[in-house]
Amino acid sequence: MYAFLTGPMLWLSFAICIIGCGYRAVKYVQGLNWQLDRVPYGFFRGLAIAGALKSIFHWLTPYGSRSWRVKPLYAAAFFLLHIGLVLVPLFLYAHVMVVAERFGLSWPTLPGGLADTLTILALAAGVFIVLRRFALPEVRILTTAHDLWIMVISLAPLVTGFVAAHQTGENNAWLLAHIVTGEIWLIAIPFTKLSHVVLFFCSRAQIGVDFGVKRGGQHGSGIVW
Amino acid sequence: MPEGIYCNKRPITNEDDLKALLSDTRGKKYYEEMLSLDVDREKLWDNIQKTCKSRTKTWLEVCAHCGLCADSCFLYLVNDRDPKQVPSYKIQSTLGEIIRRKGDVDNAFMLHAMEVAWSQCTCCNRCAMYCPHGIDVGVMMGYLRGLLYSQGFVPWELKIGAGMHRVYHAQMDVTTEDWVETCEWMAEEQQDEWPGLEIPIDKEDADIMYTCNAREPKHYPEDLAEAAILFRIAGENWTVPSEGWEQTSLCMFAGDWEACKMQVKHVYSAIERLRPKRVIGTECGHAHRGTVVEGPYWAGIPNGQPPAPYMHYVQWVAEALRTGKLKIDPAKRIKQPVTYQDSCNYIRNWGLADTAREILSYIVEPGYLHEMTPNREHNYCCGGGGGFNGIGRFRPQRNKALLTKRDQILSTGAKLVIAPCHNCWDAIRDLEEEYQIGITWSFLKPLLISMVIVPEHLKPKEDAEEEGEE
Repeated sequence: MYAFLTGPMLWLSFAICIIGCGYRAVKYVQGLNWQLDRVPYGFFRGLAIAGALKSIFHWLTPYGSRSWRVKPLYAAAFFLLHIGLVLVPLFLYAHVMVVAERFGLSWPTLPGGLADTLTILALAAGVFIVLRRFALPEVRILTTAHDLWIMVISLAPLVTGFVAAHQTGENNAWLLAHIVTGEIWLIAIPFTKLSHVVLFFCSRAQIGVDFGVKRGGQHGSGIVW
Repeated sequence: MPEGIYCNKRPITNEDDLKALLSDTRGKKYYEEMLSLDVDREKLWDNIQKTCKSRTKTWLEVCAHCGLCADSCFLYLVNDRDPKQVPSYKIQSTLGEIIRRKGDVDNAFMLHAMEVAWSQCTCCNRCAMYCPHGIDVGVMMGYLRGLLYSQGFVPWELKIGAGMHRVYHAQMDVTTEDWVETCEWMAEEQQDEWPGLEIPIDKEDADIMYTCNAREPKHYPEDLAEAAILFRIAGENWTVPSEGWEQTSLCMFAGDWEACKMQVKHVYSAIERLRPKRVIGTECGHAHRGTVVEGPYWAGIPNGQPPAPYMHYVQWVAEALRTGKLKIDPAKRIKQPVTYQDSCNYIRNWGLADTAREILSYIVEPGYLHEMTPNREHNYCCGGGGGFNGIGRFRPQRNKALLTKRDQILSTGAKLVIAPCHNCWDAIRDLEEEYQIGITWSFLKPLLISMVIVPEHLKPKEDAEEEGEE
């Protein structure tokens, strides 16, 4: 079981995630239409690239956009959740060790205490975001079951991973649960709202080009952050 | 009843139909017929499949339902934070739902969608700046309006407006003869004060071709005279086209994309015919959006550029002040608390915030400018944009929407609001009428004329002599 989950199933999960995300990105770009979108794709390339990069950069920088600054608490939750879900797994000692054993590749890792803290903060941020969904009428009206499911799918590997890392003894049920939930998460990415893993970059780049070329970019402003 | 006499899926294409619809006062019968207008579900779904591409689909699908757009929307804020006014909700419950149901929606749904599309969004695009994914609900509302228009669910005034463009190439019944006569009349009427003033029509290869809003020749012809006076003082070599002078696009508000294309091509053909070095449009926001920002795409120009460089009036004014073509008498600058209304269409959506401030630095005595909060690209819509001003059926909602601007102006303490945009100007006039806060409002042209230094050779003879005697 363990061998299957960490062997073929893990490969399959990564393959589905990566190929699926690639497919989403390709379909997105193919579906852009200069006349329907009213954006001059392919022209003013310098402005377009600058607009796209700025658009992504300002939103990936904590408090780099006006929206993040006017909602400081939500912004904090957003960044803590994403740090826990993206950066921590990539630089976790246990993960890097697995890669090193199998492929001989390795890279710097986070100190264990820091990884634990970031994981707990990410979980707290996720819980905060869910509670906020029910507490604020303007968010409650938008909330669907899908929104809750993807939060469960995203937080499950964090919870199971955290417990597994702090288990003593031979019982590896939590480790198995961590691997399974991690694989579910990877597979869910291309098929759910989690596809924003790649579509965030597409969508932000597109609006960056729109403002950066057509809506003001030619006069030196574009979107104002 | 599938199609009514007044309310149906056919656009207005001739004068008789237009007059018939106009004769239905306030659209009484039109809206009655709308209650039983059928939805052509197949056509609706077919239309969506052809025109709803990855950008819109992704926006609808990837929306994280985080609600950050709520506070960005002045209509949400002014309507006591009604959750149904959250931009994401407004689009998900209308366009999103139509797509989820593959076009299988009924009359009641379409009536509701019409109300949302035209009374709960002014297409100001402010939410796009506040969404982590860069989702622009204003753009999607524009798309939804197109779908609704194609099914006959459009406010009466906008069906007429789009029809006007189709019949007269103008948002009002101003014919070529009316327009040419108005130009001649305005030039003639100014001769005492501005001897030799001309409004040159169809002059080829001029430096500037001027385009305007049909309301100007129809209701405020003095605006045209003022434009002519300022061009004369600035020494510009300019002209107006006899055809293709109308820059506005009520069809854009209506979602009548075919009429949008016809209208903008009419203007572009005037540019191609007269070959001006550049084109300058009047103090109107949506006219600029229709003809300069969106127009090239309707006309099928892939690089998005009109046939000649096309400027908004504020760009010309800033340039004329900067280069000294227009010189302001410092003694006549504005010396009362004044504020500036940033128009969504050319400030947020075309980047002219600095240009507007450059003008203010010349015409307002230092210390008298009181900016609104928020301002520039983040400013709120005047309250009447996107066609909202003109729709009788949604007047109560529009009047409520004006409260945002009223309160913004009140907290500046300004007594004068400079509003170089017809829609904003109207909204501010209406808010003064409705709420009486004791303000005045103005376009730039009359303000500039009141403070510009007139070169000696342009003054009437007696005036020059009188001044010489003093």
